[in-house]
Amino acid sequence: MKEETVQQILSRYAHRRSALLPLLHLCQEEAGYVTPEAIGQLGERLGLSPTQVAEVATFYDMFRLKPGGRREIWVCHNLSCSLLGAEEVVRRLEERLGVKAGETTPDGAFTLRRFECLAACEIAPVIQVGPDYYGPVRPEDIDALLERLRNG
Amino acid sequence: MSEKVLTKRFEISGYRGTIEEYLATGGYQAIPRALKEYSPESLIDLVRRSGLRGRGGAGFPTGVKWGFVPKDPTLTKYLVCNADESEPGTFKDRDLITRDPHQLLEGIILASYAIGCRTAYIYLRGEFVAGAVIMEQAIQDAAAHGFLGNNILGSGFNLKVHLHRGAGAYICGEETALLESLEGKRGLPRLKPPFPASAGLYRLPTVVNNVETLCNLPHIVLRGAEWFSSIGSPKSTGNRIFSVSGHVRRPGNYELPMDVPMRELIFQHAGGMRGDRRLKAVIPGGSSVPVLTEQHLDTRMDFESLAKAGSMAGSGGVMVMDDSTCMVRAGEIVARFYHHESCGQCTQCREGTAWLHKTLRRIEAGRGRKVDMDLLMDICDNMKGKTICPLSDAAAMPIESYLKYFGDEFEQHIVERACPFGSGGGS
Repeated sequence: MKEETVQQILSRYAHRRSALLPLLHLCQEEAGYVTPEAIGQLGERLGLSPTQVAEVATFYDMFRLKPGGRREIWVCHNLSCSLLGAEEVVRRLEERLGVKAGETTPDGAFTLRRFECLAACEIAPVIQVGPDYYGPVRPEDIDALLERLRNG
Repeated sequence: MSEKVLTKRFEISGYRGTIEEYLATGGYQAIPRALKEYSPESLIDLVRRSGLRGRGGAGFPTGVKWGFVPKDPTLTKYLVCNADESEPGTFKDRDLITRDPHQLLEGIILASYAIGCRTAYIYLRGEFVAGAVIMEQAIQDAAAHGFLGNNILGSGFNLKVHLHRGAGAYICGEETALLESLEGKRGLPRLKPPFPASAGLYRLPTVVNNVETLCNLPHIVLRGAEWFSSIGSPKSTGNRIFSVSGHVRRPGNYELPMDVPMRELIFQHAGGMRGDRRLKAVIPGGSSVPVLTEQHLDTRMDFESLAKAGSMAGSGGVMVMDDSTCMVRAGEIVARFYHHESCGQCTQCREGTAWLHKTLRRIEAGRGRKVDMDLLMDICDNMKGKTICPLSDAAAMPIESYLKYFGDEFEQHIVERACPFGSGGGS
């Protein structure tokens, strides 16, 4: 974490604890996950115990407390996506990647995750990878999508 | 054909929402107008007279909410834009943020001026990765053009806006959980009262307004309260963006007067049912509201009409299901969601959502018992109105409604020991 960035984030808030979520995002972007060291460092920085930092980090779905794949594939499995075939999409992805949802491929390329409504129901069933949305996705689109993600 | 207001720029070919494009299409004109012609009090009055109600779910009158903020100039006040859009079936705010971010910023500036706020936050859903980049850029551009910062347009009014990303927790859409999250804590809702208007962020007076609510403000300032209140019904004024999804031909966001009939929304704007199948069920306001059926198609979509029909306008997320849909499976998915998202601090919700999910999964898998339907009703009864926040009610109300309208289907699962639709659920 660059000191300048940390200072810039801290300057946005009247209470330094408010910087916890932005700093957790930053740690995760840098290390790929929230490391035990980061939990300790953030605690020292913000005047919190490691437990206070960890209870926040574990509360939110997006923070990873363990290393995962280089990219996360989020498949929405909420109602609108399920109505239009999200389960078939999950099954095809599991089959092609050789892992179950929640797991990481042995080569470390992808972590496959089921996600709750990604707020993109107009293109259900939807997959989100980083800033990109893909949909409507059919099981037969999965091979091409994975190819694109591997090369992209 | 009704006039589009909030989404009118979406129709301009090639419009990407940059500040240059926004300015070239009449953007940021409400700021000089408000700063010159309105005092904070008269701006609050304007919004009150427009009848604008919150578009996040509860439908509370925006001007009234602002009026609760203490006028004491020595008190720091905060405005927080709730951009944590996570109610299943709702995707309007994502569009407003990514396609016309300056319209939202203009609304935030107006609201901040009205309540006397000098630092505003946009609490953006963590999953909106692209939206965060767009919004951050928009804030920088607005500041570079003098719409943010010190002495805005020479008025003496100062405002900073900061983007604050969430990290994946539905409960943070509830305003007090959002404030806890913004304070760097777990998103556990607070007991109300005190309401945020008196004790919000850092226990200081705070207004939390939804994205779409704020986007309405520039238009109300430029065109007046009477224009706004002439659209829709007397108590549900203005346009609303309905997010329509599920088994329709053209899923998408449709901006229409608040009192558009459900039939027109689904069959005209969203193109009707895919494959001309029969409509079976409609969730009219996000997954937490009671389901409606074919018999309700002539209901209008405003707050009062949907309440009279036994449901709620909620967040405007309209999920449409055809006759191939298993309502037990639908219930299982909805229950799974609330089970996953319960923050866990109230027993009724923490345990109730788990029981609902478990029981529905069992019925869907063909292992339901005769007592399970009564059990579901009993669980719902124990969940409603007994907790700190409405998530528990939001989990119970839909399930009760599925049992009310589709009880035969639940019974069939139990008697036949299988899902008649061949689904079986399970995830």
